[in-house]
Amino acid sequence: MKHPVTKYIGHEVLKLAESLGASALMLKSVFFWFFRSKFEARETAKQAVTIGVDSLTVTALTSFFTGMVLSLQTGQSSKNLFNEPLYVGTMVAFSMLKELGPVLTSVVVAGRAGAVVTAEIGTMKVTEQIDALYTLGTNPTRYLLVPRYIAFMITLPLLTVFADFLGVMGGCLVAVVKLGVPSSVYMNDIYTYLEVGDFMHGFLKTFVFAFMIATVSCYKGLTTKGGAEGVGKATTQAVVTSMVLVMVLDYFISAMLVAAGI
Amino acid sequence: MIEIKKLNKAFGDKVILKDITVDIKDGELFSVIGPSGMGKSTFIKCLIRLLRPESGEIIVDGQDIASTPNEFKLARVRRSFGYLFQEGALFDSLTVMENVAFGLKYLTDKPRSEYPRIVREKLALVGLKDVENLKPSELSVGMKKRVSLARSIAPEPKYMLYDEPTTGLDPVTTGMVKDLITDMRAKLGITSVVVTHDMGLALEISSRVAMLFEGAFVEVAEPDKFRCSTNATVRQFMEISHIAKNCPPENK
Repeated sequence: MKHPVTKYIGHEVLKLAESLGASALMLKSVFFWFFRSKFEARETAKQAVTIGVDSLTVTALTSFFTGMVLSLQTGQSSKNLFNEPLYVGTMVAFSMLKELGPVLTSVVVAGRAGAVVTAEIGTMKVTEQIDALYTLGTNPTRYLLVPRYIAFMITLPLLTVFADFLGVMGGCLVAVVKLGVPSSVYMNDIYTYLEVGDFMHGFLKTFVFAFMIATVSCYKGLTTKGGAEGVGKATTQAVVTSMVLVMVLDYFISAMLVAAGI
Repeated sequence: MIEIKKLNKAFGDKVILKDITVDIKDGELFSVIGPSGMGKSTFIKCLIRLLRPESGEIIVDGQDIASTPNEFKLARVRRSFGYLFQEGALFDSLTVMENVAFGLKYLTDKPRSEYPRIVREKLALVGLKDVENLKPSELSVGMKKRVSLARSIAPEPKYMLYDEPTTGLDPVTTGMVKDLITDMRAKLGITSVVVTHDMGLALEISSRVAMLFEGAFVEVAEPDKFRCSTNATVRQFMEISHIAKNCPPENK
């Protein structure tokens, strides 16, 4: 007789293997239609608005306040140690450009836009709209997935640049108003110690995050089962999986980029 | 012509269709009836390969699509089909105009400037007007079904598949849809497959009726002969549906 624990583990491993296999097939289909189909400009633009433009406010607020708190903590810590706030701009910019900008923006996009994508595709799945696409001469990968992949890959890096900028500005505001650091000193700290490679380190990561969020959101949407309850479950799973993977991937990509000297 | 040979379909351990063999001839109106949950929708979805059968052949105009992995071949065959979904399956994010024009864009070479005229024409056929700019969420269940029907017939398919075409419709709209199905066959020669649990509808409009029960066709016959079937399941279903036997002497 099988032990319940081994049975459970076996079942979960099989489920994971099945999901990985199905995701790989979905990716194969995405690449196939990306190169073979006509560009769906209207759908891609619509998705870019949903994923990118609609995430602007929440990204702006998150990054601005993150920059502010980074500046405050860095300034206070260095005040306690050296009696004056040193290298505030450098620390804020380093943190924002290399880690917090890309990671926080990806988490925000995974939570907001990833949920929208999964819920939309999931609802289409359970209401037979995906089947309807096949009957109307359109492959769902071509019509639904490829535009969303493109939109994620374009908007997430742009949102990250926006978040980096606002984070640095938020830090500057606190440095000037609260810590008494002149803005010229704050900016000079950034220009002196930061290189283009530091920006590229964070910027390059966002392409991997965007691809991963698109894959998780679309896959969870396409495999939705069981009506409204199923859509809710799939959406939650997509958001949680994407957020965890952002953190996990962040370490490994950072390690690779560091090894590559970026 | 659609030839179905030894079609089998299962979901996990649950067998839905067992060795179904039937030919649907050009111009025919073939109805499949049976109780809910017996695999009628599964059968119709297999015909257009929305579901992949475990085994068997589905030959549409000489091309077997049952197990082909070739997406382009499948897409080519699907071009000759129109499909009316049970719940309509209208695209929520598009207006009625965009929904009905969807198939025109992807299945026909008609110029874009023609779309509004064709859409209005098809909507009028299903008894709708001035709804082009509405979203599906603003329509009633019956209206959604009619828009879905307009969307299916807009590209003028050779074959039409109807999944429960009159479910959820009021008697007037039911009559309209019934007339539309028969008209399309009579005037345009469209081959139709109707899946329904409405035995009255099936016997009234079909050229042949099949009874699907426990995964198999227990009876396939013309309506007059079907009414006289001696099969116990058919008889029971007719009694439940309050269909009079009304058996002509020559069919007894």
